[in-house]
Amino acid sequence: MLQRTPLYEAHVAAGGKLVDFAGWELPIHYGSQLKEHDIVRTDAGVFDVSHMTVIDVTGPQATAFLQKLLANDVARLGFEGKALYSGMLTAEGGVIDDLIVYKTAWDYRVVVNAATRDKDLAWIAQHAKAFDVTVTERPELAMLAIQGPNALAKTSAAAPQLSALIDGLQVFQGLAASEVDGGWFVARTGYTGEDGLEIMLPGDQATAFWNALLVAGVSPTGLGARDTLRLEAGMNLYGHEMDETISPLTAGMGWTIAWQPEARDFIGRAALEAERAAGPAFRQVGLVLQGKGVLRAGQTVQTDAGAGVITSGTFSPTLKLSIAMARVPAGCGEQVEVDIRGKLEPARVIKMPFVRHGAQVFE
Amino acid sequence: MSQVPAELKYVDTHEWLRREDDGTITIGITDHAQELLGDVVYVDLPAVGSRFNRGDTAGVVESVKAASDVYVPIEGEVVAVNQDLVDAPEIANTAPYAQAWFFRIKPADAADYDGLMTADAYKALIGA
Repeated sequence: MLQRTPLYEAHVAAGGKLVDFAGWELPIHYGSQLKEHDIVRTDAGVFDVSHMTVIDVTGPQATAFLQKLLANDVARLGFEGKALYSGMLTAEGGVIDDLIVYKTAWDYRVVVNAATRDKDLAWIAQHAKAFDVTVTERPELAMLAIQGPNALAKTSAAAPQLSALIDGLQVFQGLAASEVDGGWFVARTGYTGEDGLEIMLPGDQATAFWNALLVAGVSPTGLGARDTLRLEAGMNLYGHEMDETISPLTAGMGWTIAWQPEARDFIGRAALEAERAAGPAFRQVGLVLQGKGVLRAGQTVQTDAGAGVITSGTFSPTLKLSIAMARVPAGCGEQVEVDIRGKLEPARVIKMPFVRHGAQVFE
Repeated sequence: MSQVPAELKYVDTHEWLRREDDGTITIGITDHAQELLGDVVYVDLPAVGSRFNRGDTAGVVESVKAASDVYVPIEGEVVAVNQDLVDAPEIANTAPYAQAWFFRIKPADAADYDGLMTADAYKALIGA
């Protein structure tokens, strides 16, 4: 039996084509994934991401606990409202999940993926035992991502009581909304490469807020477009770019590892230090197809330094050509070939992202 | 609800067929197929002059989410392909039975066409 978010009826009413997303019945599109993608690049779209898992961490040792648990360092969060992206690693240096952690009035809020919820909660609980902390899941919260160049203005129009808070948020900051009752939390974060917000709110208020956003001119946007948008933005998807068998150093996540201070002994540190000293065998790159077809996850990449693999691939609705994220031998050159259905097609290695703020980024 | 024109023939791999006045068979993918695929972004077609048996793979149609083979629903030789579809794959979503035909075959045996699935049988297959 699939789980449903508080917005299930709203998705049906909006014509959503509902599919199984990590055990949740959610819309892949509301008619056209391409149109929804374009709306987020040019205007504003809203995604129901209530399936994501929200976890609050409180207690005298909350900071010490997260400094042990996460590869990035929550000590970098200098004031309430700041957010940090991090991997949560195994002792062997594989990626259990990627997440965002916010510094809050009650210590920290962590948002992890839906597909990894059970193992994440078990891992967090296991390691929390050694610290004086309380870990609380917040399943009663819904979450909406409003994304696009007009996302902030249209959200403020839909929820005037939030406009002062929205105006005060810098990119990658999030704060509890004391102006409204019930546990609203507004963050200027997202997964599209556009400006936008991610708003957590009580599930029983989600439909009214959704409807107000639609009245303000925000378009319902499915999780299909969410995937093409994040791929254009060069953002990892757990289970594609990384998992417990993949090192963050080969998945483009080196920047999320806080090596300093050296005394901070986060889980996975020893394994990563050994890998860094030896030099990672693979690296993450972007690919732009020059031949025919569409790049897809799982296709083999032939390079002058050996074989690699595409971890995510698609037709880019913004660029009108096929793009991919790939894990290739660290020393590979700029020109590669991809095995597409038995034919080797040429592709070019680029530095990601592909798209930011509606426009091509790479050269 | 998917359109299933009564005058066409169908196969269970979701291609449609239409017999032209000159005896050649025009082939495309059904409305139901394009709905399942979603936005079509790429189409690869066979070369004119290729010969295929029924059930062979003659091309590929790719949407934003997936790739799908295009099967040959009747044995014969390809006599024409639709370059307009290659140039503008999105017409597979908007006009699956008209502008978005895929290729045309000269059948090895003209009688093969008559034995294919009717519109009513195809409707029953897809629950339309």
